[in-house]
Amino acid sequence: MTDFIEAFHTALRLIATLDPDLLGIVLLSLRVSLTAVAIASLIGFPLGAALAVYRFPGRGTLSAIVNALMGLPPVVAGLFIYLLLSNTGPLGVLQLLYTPTAMIIAQVVIVIPIVGALTRQACEDLLEEYDEQLRSLGASPTAIAFTLLWDGRYRLLTAVLAGFGRAIAEVGAVMIVGGNIDHVTRTMTTAIALETSKGNITLALALGIVLLVIAFAVNAALMGVRRFALRFAYA
Amino acid sequence: MLDPTKSPGAFDTAPDRSQTLLPLELRRLTYEASGKRVIDDLDLKLAEPGITAIMGPNGAGKSVLLRLMHGLITPASGEILWAGRRMDRALALRQAMVFQKPVLLRRSVAANIWHALGLRGIDRSKRAIRVDDALRLAGLEDLAAMPARVLSGGEQQRLSLARALSLEPEILLLDEPTASVDPASTLAIEQLLIESRHSGIKIIIVTHDIGQARRLAQDVVFLHHGQVIEHEPAKHFFTEPRSEAARSFLAGDLVL
Repeated sequence: MTDFIEAFHTALRLIATLDPDLLGIVLLSLRVSLTAVAIASLIGFPLGAALAVYRFPGRGTLSAIVNALMGLPPVVAGLFIYLLLSNTGPLGVLQLLYTPTAMIIAQVVIVIPIVGALTRQACEDLLEEYDEQLRSLGASPTAIAFTLLWDGRYRLLTAVLAGFGRAIAEVGAVMIVGGNIDHVTRTMTTAIALETSKGNITLALALGIVLLVIAFAVNAALMGVRRFALRFAYA
Repeated sequence: MLDPTKSPGAFDTAPDRSQTLLPLELRRLTYEASGKRVIDDLDLKLAEPGITAIMGPNGAGKSVLLRLMHGLITPASGEILWAGRRMDRALALRQAMVFQKPVLLRRSVAANIWHALGLRGIDRSKRAIRVDDALRLAGLEDLAAMPARVLSGGEQQRLSLARALSLEPEILLLDEPTASVDPASTLAIEQLLIESRHSGIKIIIVTHDIGQARRLAQDVVFLHHGQVIEHEPAKHFFTEPRSEAARSFLAGDLVL
């Protein structure tokens, strides 16, 4: 127990002194996950809006697939991207395996279904209310989609935060395609896994605390967005 | 748009503007919803400008009829002709509709009008003036920057009407616009409608409110079981209704 308390103190000191190793890992994690979420949003918003607005054959199936992929296990996503990027894979020539780019790609795959499905739901809910009014105003399907995206902006923001929460916390995909290389592809989650198994509880604990703080911050932001939107009747 | 000095274009052809889309002819119109005939072999011709009130008991098919006229839903059979032309998107763009429950975007009061004008393809340079005009018309200038959905019910419906009028429609369709609106806003809305009529807009309003129909309408279409029972000048309809159904309706009895 004293070991634990001591480790906890050291961990807090690592955080307080902005230990360079710790900082490097945290910043890489944030860079990878924020980039992945940004790219996934650029794809997920139009995907979700299109699924809500356009009527085309296979729309129901596609929606169901996107919904199902929300639960895609990160290790499976990692394995899939690994096969694509490995030397013998179709994208092997790009030599991306074990780079931060590979980790971003894997997390994009994980986050797109989350942002896409939540965007579709938000747009469908709005469309139920707006449909006749927008058609009366003469809006084309594309104009309707853009209107829904803007009017659903606060719910889209919560979708983005949910996607970020998932990306920053996942370990399976970044481990497989990143390889957990020190100072190159070592993220918070992979470092925790490695350091714990090496017995270096201190660094693992410090990273764990940082992750926890990020998770709390994301949740607080979610609640803040919701409250703000409700206050202006934008929810 | 009712102030000629502010938006000259609106008055160029007034007050004959609506004549171009009239008469409205509905021929053997039928509409079914979940196996039930809501509109049943309905014929109607609206040729005169002014305000037409569509009245009738609940479930008579009034709202459905309005949606059919506006092209929001398609009939099972029959024809809808505006000045001999079949309803299409180009015609819909010359109309505007106000719904019973105002559908306001999750934006500011001014942005609601701005966006509607944008969807209609109105040039950005002209939009600002039209937004200002519409807000002034509805007495909402002071609320321009407010989120639209925190307004009171009456203010919301006034905004909804101002937005519709900003589109400078030739035909204005309203589905019980004052059903859940305070008396002051109802008065403001009715005044806007009377002004709009004088500026040449043809108005078709579904209303439950007999007093409102008396105050506004030049002619009344009485609907029952998806059919037109009477179409009379307002003064005849209210003083000597011909049908039993209309008589009971006007007397405040339940019409089955």
